[in-house]
Amino acid sequence: MKSKTADKLATVVFYIIATGFILLLMLFVGYIIYQGRDRLNLHFITSAPTFMKEGGGIGPQLFNSLYLVFLSMLITVPIGLSAGIYLAEYAKPGRITNMVRFCIEALASLPSIVIGLFGLLVFVTMTGWGYTLFSGALAVAVLNLPVITRISEDAIRNVPQTVKEASLALGATHWQTIYRVILPTALPGLVTGLIMTSGRVFGEAAALLYTAGMSSPNLNFHDLNPFHARSPLNPFRPAETLAVYIWKVNSEGLAPDSRQIADGASSILIISVFLFNIISRFLGRVLNVRFSGSKN
Amino acid sequence: MLKNKNMKSRYYYFKHEYSGKFAVTFFGMFLIILTLCLVVFIATKGLATFFNNHFSPIEFLFSTVWKPDRAPANGGPAIGALIFITGSVLVSMLALLMSTPFSVAVAIFMTEISPKLGKKLLQPAIEVFVGIPSVVYGWVGLSVLVPFIRVNLGGLGFSLLAGSLVLCIMIFPTIASVSADAIRAIPRDYYEASLALGATRWQTIRRVIIPSATPGILTGIVLGLARAFGEALAVQMVLGNTIRIPRSPLDSTINMTSIITMDMGNTAMGTVWNNALWSMALLLLIMSFLFIVLIHRIGNQGGSK
Repeated sequence: MKSKTADKLATVVFYIIATGFILLLMLFVGYIIYQGRDRLNLHFITSAPTFMKEGGGIGPQLFNSLYLVFLSMLITVPIGLSAGIYLAEYAKPGRITNMVRFCIEALASLPSIVIGLFGLLVFVTMTGWGYTLFSGALAVAVLNLPVITRISEDAIRNVPQTVKEASLALGATHWQTIYRVILPTALPGLVTGLIMTSGRVFGEAAALLYTAGMSSPNLNFHDLNPFHARSPLNPFRPAETLAVYIWKVNSEGLAPDSRQIADGASSILIISVFLFNIISRFLGRVLNVRFSGSKN
Repeated sequence: MLKNKNMKSRYYYFKHEYSGKFAVTFFGMFLIILTLCLVVFIATKGLATFFNNHFSPIEFLFSTVWKPDRAPANGGPAIGALIFITGSVLVSMLALLMSTPFSVAVAIFMTEISPKLGKKLLQPAIEVFVGIPSVVYGWVGLSVLVPFIRVNLGGLGFSLLAGSLVLCIMIFPTIASVSADAIRAIPRDYYEASLALGATRWQTIRRVIIPSATPGILTGIVLGLARAFGEALAVQMVLGNTIRIPRSPLDSTINMTSIITMDMGNTAMGTVWNNALWSMALLLLIMSFLFIVLIHRIGNQGGSK
């Protein structure tokens, strides 16, 4: 039975490849976290980097990353959600809708470095702001807009038609139905998608090199006035994020322990991305129970 | 909903329907405006090399002489970008060649061989791979792969091979998940008909599943290629960044995204050097649009079969 032997052989090969894939992932993630294990402490996470000597931390970079995620989501979510509502509820099949869809696809497939350069041109040079956290947030907002739009459209389309029809039958207008009925029902899906995307923004670097810059001023974490130059909350200051810092430490490596810093920062980055993932799943489940009263 | 229109005032409708409708429609249109702006801005900067500095596009695309700062006495700047273009093409094609067989195999495993393991183990694994930031891929490539290649295969370690291996892992989830979706979309009847005819599972996969999923798998491959082509930092960290055409996979080389990341900050806006970098950015943009068009072509062909 030759074909039976071939079938068995093929099955074994498929199992080997699939196992190899899982092993690769476990090795990869395990290696990163293991290498950075010495740096997974509060001192490393909170203290400022030092130049030319050991013991620097990643405090400002970590803060910049989080602040940038927050600002960019603040910009993208309203636009992306609206565009998603338009596509799911109002767009009629036709040339304009096809055009919007093509643009979303085109934006989504653009290399992030190209979006970074667009940001350099428009949000850094033309506005005259220079390298600022806000320019970076805008660039990342552009990068993320197609993703958020898709997530919103999918979440809205997943709302059962019956819920929508019930609201319309009660005399509500289409728009009232959207914001009173459809959006709350779509919320669990939206929140899951948005937080997962935040995780991706958190690790983005290429779009930020020439928009948020590769340096961070000496931040004074006791000064919370967003208009002060050294305040961490000031969005109009250069802000190197964690992912950019990993890249810069490797290319410049001014600290003698740059390898350990990169190891530590990488493991923090990976752990944060996992946290974003776990939080999004958890919140999605909680909201789902609250809003639809059923599990899953 | 419009039947009882006469009962409600125009103002009511304006407040509760049209204002919202206009707002979301505006943001939908905003996506078109944004894309157009992006294209126009990058194109204006990218074409300056040819219109303002009067270099020929032929020289830019097909010359290997990259001397953007050469003094006028020695013949002036030369901006042949062929080395970078070759680097981008080689590194992403090599990554694709290495990644595709394994990604498709994983896609088949998780849909046909063991859907249970696929859902419980492989799907989450793919999601984790997608979530890993590209600098982390680059850093692991730099600290593990580069020394490994240096010790075991020779050369500097920084090489075309290192770059494409890093990309190979990065595009793996893209190809695998798109292919898996394509395979799931094949009607179950095909599979059952083939088995009923006495074919083994492997024969069914080879003769029925893969051929019917080909358009979807190709879409995944093009998406993977697009990602590989545009990836900047992870590749830049392991490629070695020597400006030359590589003679073997173990040679160091450079690609378009790397030269842009490295030189954009050191060159003044408006100089020939800087403009040449923008031209490469424009080329990246055109390539990524071409990939989208290609995907649409593939999709249409699959539909007309």
